[in-house]
Order: sequence, then C-alpha cells, then structure tokens
Amino acid sequence: MPDAPAGHTIDRVEITKVAKRYGNERALAGVTVELAGKSMCALLGHNGAGKTTLLGILSTLVRPTDGSVRYRSATAEIRDADVRREIGMLAHSSLCYPELSAYENLEFFAGLYGVDGSSTALGAVLDRVGLEPRARTRAARTYSRGMVQRLALARALLTKPSLLLLDEPFTGLDRGGAIALGTELGKLRDDGAIVVVVTHDLEAIAGRADHVVILRRGQLVFEERGSYDYERLKDVYHQHAN
Amino acid sequence: MSQPKNSYLVPTFATLSAIGFGVTLWLIYEYAPLDRVLFFNQKIFYFHVAHAFLLFVAVGVCGFGSVAFLKTRKPKWDDLALASAEVAVAFGAVVLITGSIWGKAAWDIWWSWEKRLTMSLLLWLTLVGYVLVRRFAGASADRLAAMLAVFGTVGVPFVYFMVDRSDRHPQSGAEGVVAKSQGEIKIVMWLCVATFLCWFLTLLIARIQSVRAEREVRELRERAMDTGVLQ
Amino acid sequence: MSLLRQAGRVAWKDLRIELRSKEIIYTMVFFGALIVIIFTIAFPRDVRLARGAAPGMLWSAIAFTGTIGLGRAFDRERENDTMRALLLSPAPRLAIFFGKAIGICALVILVTFVCTFLLSLLLGLSFFAHPLPLACALLLGAIGFSNVGTVFAATLLKVRSRDVLFPVIVYPLLVPMFIMGLYATDYLIAEKPNLDAAWEWIGFLGIYNGAFLVVSVWTFESVVIE
Repeated sequence: MPDAPAGHTIDRVEITKVAKRYGNERALAGVTVELAGKSMCALLGHNGAGKTTLLGILSTLVRPTDGSVRYRSATAEIRDADVRREIGMLAHSSLCYPELSAYENLEFFAGLYGVDGSSTALGAVLDRVGLEPRARTRAARTYSRGMVQRLALARALLTKPSLLLLDEPFTGLDRGGAIALGTELGKLRDDGAIVVVVTHDLEAIAGRADHVVILRRGQLVFEERGSYDYERLKDVYHQHAN
Repeated sequence: MSQPKNSYLVPTFATLSAIGFGVTLWLIYEYAPLDRVLFFNQKIFYFHVAHAFLLFVAVGVCGFGSVAFLKTRKPKWDDLALASAEVAVAFGAVVLITGSIWGKAAWDIWWSWEKRLTMSLLLWLTLVGYVLVRRFAGASADRLAAMLAVFGTVGVPFVYFMVDRSDRHPQSGAEGVVAKSQGEIKIVMWLCVATFLCWFLTLLIARIQSVRAEREVRELRERAMDTGVLQ
Repeated sequence: MSLLRQAGRVAWKDLRIELRSKEIIYTMVFFGALIVIIFTIAFPRDVRLARGAAPGMLWSAIAFTGTIGLGRAFDRERENDTMRALLLSPAPRLAIFFGKAIGICALVILVTFVCTFLLSLLLGLSFFAHPLPLACALLLGAIGFSNVGTVFAATLLKVRSRDVLFPVIVYPLLVPMFIMGLYATDYLIAEKPNLDAAWEWIGFLGIYNGAFLVVSVWTFESVVIE
C-alpha cells in the first residue's frame, strides 16, 4: 500500500546562488551553502534576514527566483515528491488539526506519506515524544501548549525524515522543554539526519549545532563548521548579524 | 548617460497615433458617408468599435503573458500582462462609455444588454479584478493575477457564445452598421483601428518601460545598500 | 490510483472534522435559507413575475452561500498552518485540490437542495416537475463553483484582503456559468417547459466545466507554491 520507494535518504543538500524576490521585496540574494548529513545547522540572523525564506525554499514550498537547490542521496539526485517524503518540519504553529485527536492526526499524515499508520507504530512515536496516553484520543484543541508541541514533533518524526527543518522550535518552551527538544534533535543528527534550525534562542542551540550560517539582509555573511558553546555563538552572532 | 535601446518606440507610436487621430477625425466628418438609418450619431461607432477590437487584443495579450509568466516565471511576461491589463481597463472604459453615449443618442437608452456591450462589460470586470488583485494582494499578487487572467481568457469564448445565444436585441444597430458597411465606412473603420492600435502600443510600451525602470532603480538601490554606499 | 486515493484521504479528513462540529453545514444551510427568504420577501410574489425571478434567486443564493462555506473551509487550513503540512507531504498537489473541491462540492449540493426546496415552497412554484435536468444543471453549477472557488481560495489563503478579493476574482469568472444555469432553470420551470433548450444549455454548462477543470489541473500546482 505505501508508495514510498526505499533507500532514498537525503545525504547532502546543495544550495547554489539561491535568490528570492517577493514582488518588490528582495528576501534572499544569492546564497550558496552546502548542508551535509549527520550535522545540525543553526541558521541565524535578525528578523527579515531571510532565514524563514531560505527554510521555505529548502522545504520546497517556496520557489527560488534564481539559483537552485539539489538534494542528493549517496548515489543519485532526489527530486519532487521523493524529496518531500524525506522532509520533516517543525514550525511555530502545530501543523496539526485541532479537531482531530493525536492518533487521528498521525494516522492521516501517515497515510499521506505512505508510512506505517498502525496503532503500534503511532503509539511508538507518541511514546518517544512523551505524549501521555490518556490525551492521545482527545481532540488536539484540548491540549496544553506543551502537549501540542509534542504532537507537532511526533508528526515531524513519524515519517523518519532525513532532512528536518525547524522554524523557531524553542519559542514558548520552558527551559526544560527546550533542553529536551535539543537533546532529541541531537539524537536525530547522530542517527544521520540533516537538521536545520532557525532560531533566536542561542542558549538552546549552543553545544549542539556543528554548523553555523548567518544571514543578514538576504545575504550569507558567515558560515563555519565547528563546535560552539554559548559564548562563542553569541560572539559570532553579534559580530556578523548586524 | 546613454539612451536605453528602445527609447524610440514610445515617441514613434505616439506620433503615429497623433497623426492617425487627426486624419481619422477629418475622414469621419468629411469623407465617410452618413449612415442611412442612424445618421450623425453613428459616427461614434468608429471609435467605439476600434476600442472594442483593441480591448479583445489586450485581453489576449494579457492572457498570453500570464500563461508565459506562469510557465517561466520571468518578470518580462508579468510586465506584459500587467501593462496590457491596465491599458485594457482604460480601453474597456472607453468602449462602455461610448457605447452608452451611442445608445442614448440613437435609441434613447443609457444601457442595453446588447451582446457586444454585455461582453465588454464582463471582460472589463475581469480586468478590473486583475488590477485590484495586483494592487492589494501583496507579495503573491503576480501569480494570483496571472491565474485570474488565464481563467478569464479561457472564459472569453464562453462569454461570447452565451451572450450571442441570449442576445435579445436583434437589431442592435452595431451589427447592422458593420455588416452593411459600404466601402468608405470600412476604410475609415480600419484606419481608426490602426490609429488606436498605435495608441495601444504607445501606452503598453510606455507602461512596460516604466515598470522596468522602477525595477532597475530598486535593484541599484539594493546593490548600493549591500556595498555600503547607501545607508 | 495514488492521486484519487490521496484526494479521498483529504476529503475524508475534512468530512470527519466537519461531522464533529457540523459548524459549516449548519451555518451554510441557515444562511442559504435566509437569503432565499429575503429574496422572496423583497421581490413580488405575483406568480408570473416570480417565475421569471426564481432562477436568479436560486443561483444567487447558491453563489453567496458557497462563498461563505468556502471561506470557512479554508479558514480551517489556515488556523494551524495545516495547508503547509498538506503541501509539504509527498501527496500530489492535485490530490489536495481534488480532495478539498470534493468537500466543498458536497456542501454546496446540500445547500442547493435545501434552497431549491425552500424556494419552491415559498413561491408556490414547482421546481421538481423535471427533476433530472434540473439536478444536472445544479450539479454542474456546484462542480463549477467548487472548481474555481477551490483554486482561488487555496491561493488566496495567506493574502490579507482575501475576503474581499475572493468575490472580486471569482464572480466575474463564474458569470457565464451562472447565466447558462439560469437559462436552463428558466426553461425548466416555465409554464411551458422547453426541455430541448434546457438540455442544450446544460450541455454547454458541461463544456464550460470541462474547460475550466482542465485549466485548474494545468495551473494549480504552479500557483499554490510561492
């Protein structure tokens, strides 16, 4: 029943001279960067720098005005629907239907992605994110903010994405929640995924990101691979983002 | 600063239009015979039909530009679609107003659901919608409007057909005049069409050039800000 | 076929959500009934005049009610940005289009039925003398509305002035369809119904729907992405 072909994980993403114009506004101007598997990239910059646009382009939901994005597996290039199959997204909104329960939401998306939607599989994902069993059959609109976040994460993880895109995932989380999410993302990275995090919360990403990309007014102004503790991250950010 | 390469186009077409306007006006009054049925007020028909003809040309150009834009996303097609839509709104207004004046003068009614007028009205509404979308739909206005134009253009044959079938004004005057036109009337008519075609091209090219100039200024400004020349 | 199956999934999801609260069903039906009542009060009830105005009343009621329902249906996909979730999935974009269009079509058909019945009652006219051609005409109207409406509602999703822009864009495009449907209905409820003429107009309705469906299928994918 599932239509998904096997062995198509995204290993590398090549972003070449990508530019985006919205009518009169230039959101991105010629950004070139390469993302590699088994890494967590922190995409930083002030508001309006183009981070969300770049993330949108990576998610295939925004068409670049110029340049290209190529998704490569170990052996070949991946395109179109196959790329989307490998992408997971976590945004500020939950991307889930409030009138449906956690099970129903996940079942729906499992069907769309062609992955196992049996109650055992769904239960396993919900266990992993820590959504309490009693809530799983209630409508999502009755959930607390923390529970909604967990459901959103479950939705993103359900399809075992090899490219995980996160847009301000730490907003609205308390310190404990942010740490837990950061740990989970680190685990995914260690398992081989490419994780891209757009965030203002340097503390949450410190110690985990191994690739830092800073945008300013649509241009790439800084890119480096390495390990970053909070102090170093702050320095680099203040130096380049302004 | 050197002149951009197409700067001769607008003045050329504008001059041709002006000459044509003068010539046709003279011809309409001195050369073209009076219509046997409608006499003097028929003369407005020359401008009315010319504008109606060009309204359809403009719609076609807009539709073509919109399809090209949706396929290639190149700004030049979008410019063409936008400019032709705006000019079409202007020409459409002329069609409706002259049609109304003619109707009042000839048959004493300000409006009739005669097929050409009805069709022009519907097309005009679609084009006004196009311009409103461009103004107020924000960032995605170009593709939205392009889609509207594509649907609208596909709908034109249906509108024509429907209006034709339901036309309850058998002697609408316009049909009679065009069909039974004598030679002289036909000559003046086509000269009018040619004149207003030049006028259409003047407006179209001027508008496209102004859009391009705006874009160039914007890009220069961005580049200046990037390199720090401008704050 | 994957496209149909995914479209079915989307439509089934919408149906399930709608059946929980029935919000859109109730409000659409009530609004449709309200419009019909307002029209019948506002226009003369002399049967001869009513017979002439009735098709216009019916089709206008459907147009207005359909717009409201479509707006609400897409509001749901905007709330938690679930439209983005749908577009992000590997499901073909056309599946999303068909899934949502089927959902709206079902609602419009329901409202059409209610309005026709109510109008029939209030004006003392029988709409149901020739149920088959009437049903065809109204069904094609519903399909045409859902088709054009879904395409533009989906693309207007994030636009600020969408509530005003939607009718501005969609109504002029739908005018030919409404007029064809109107003429067909007119021939059907006249004192001396003209079935041949009615079927002719219904045929043209079908061609119109076909043409616009082809355009939707060609352009939907490229416009729903920014």
